[in-house]
Amino acid sequence: MADAIVNGLGGLTVGFQMLALDWRNTIMILVGFVLLYLGVKKDCEPLLLVPIGFGCILVNIPLADVMSKEGFIRALYDAGIVTELFPLLIFVGIGAMTDFGPVLAQPSTFLLGAAGQFGIFLTLLLALALGFPQLDAVSIGIIGACDGPTAIYVTSKYAPHLLGAVSVAAYSYMSLVPILQPPIMRLLTTKKERMTVMKPVAKPVSKTTKMLFPLVITILGGVIAPKGLPLLGTIMLGNLMRESGVVSRLTKASENEIANVVTLFLGLCIGATMVGSAFIKAQTLIILALGFVAICLDTVCGVLMGKVMRVVTGGKVNPLIGAAGISAFPMAARVVQREGAKWNKKSYLLMHAMGANAGGQVGSVIAAAVMLSVLAGMGIIR
Amino acid sequence: MEVFMDNFTFGITMLICGMGGTILTLWIMSLVMGLLGKLFPEKPAKKEA
Repeated sequence: MADAIVNGLGGLTVGFQMLALDWRNTIMILVGFVLLYLGVKKDCEPLLLVPIGFGCILVNIPLADVMSKEGFIRALYDAGIVTELFPLLIFVGIGAMTDFGPVLAQPSTFLLGAAGQFGIFLTLLLALALGFPQLDAVSIGIIGACDGPTAIYVTSKYAPHLLGAVSVAAYSYMSLVPILQPPIMRLLTTKKERMTVMKPVAKPVSKTTKMLFPLVITILGGVIAPKGLPLLGTIMLGNLMRESGVVSRLTKASENEIANVVTLFLGLCIGATMVGSAFIKAQTLIILALGFVAICLDTVCGVLMGKVMRVVTGGKVNPLIGAAGISAFPMAARVVQREGAKWNKKSYLLMHAMGANAGGQVGSVIAAAVMLSVLAGMGIIR
Repeated sequence: MEVFMDNFTFGITMLICGMGGTILTLWIMSLVMGLLGKLFPEKPAKKEA
């Protein structure tokens, strides 16, 4: 009987023994706490970082087997990440939440949304130079889309072993946009440029145009870059439901209940990919560094495009709005407004920046779609 | 069929086709949306009698 009791007690201590044997799990549990701290105390993307942090803690508790074949997070992972369903459902919600009116009022701001994606391709080159395999480099570059669901969609498909690092980098840096962007904006512009006052956007957009937008973009984008149609189609479906105004129940469900449930599952699944043995590598640090570079390069290219537009329009454009050409919506637009107002109290850049920001939202999806279609065209993917 | 190519060719192709394709696609979209904006302008609200 004594043996049975000792063995029974052994079952209660084996977890501690395993933790002591593999220090990487302990480190990752601490990383989970850091993510929770950032989400709860610092308000950095809490909707994602809280489930990611908790998932990270869960998966690193030895013998819990939450990601084993029968584990509950594995079931979610197989159902939503392997099938790419979760990022696509999130996109329906994003489409339902986003007002593309500002970019439709000034369609030229689509170009700022394009320039804001150049960091993807420049970072891809850097990752290749550092020796990453081609599809891994693609997944690292996509951090520059500043768009969590797009990064997850591409990475889960072509480099699932990098999913944890890429997702954490994408969401962490997105929340750091207000800190990362202003110094770059100041570095690349002169005081005179920053003080430029832009005319208010006075052109209203008709309901017909707003309703045609998702249809035209889906068909046009789908024909040019069919590999990205699931991304483009879902965001535009959400937007069509919003603008049509006839399916308010579906719109509300997409932007609230569905988006909330999927965000929870998505976060848990991403956190559960952060197993110590797979995550604690020099490679992870390099990916985090490249993600940082990607988002900085996006800002650089966006501001430079703003400067080009300033020259073309004879000085009517404040190049700061170029920094909003990324997908972090509407955070980047607010950063531009704040920075512009700092240099000129009469400057009201918000609506222009919102146009560039909405352009960036479409731009990130188009960039991913173009990237996938080019890869398919080269025969790298099917 | 999978095709293997060296990293330099791959990177430069992605840079040119990727950046070029993105800006071209969004430029076309901006032209089309500009056109639609002109075809379907916002009509001023009718004043009620």
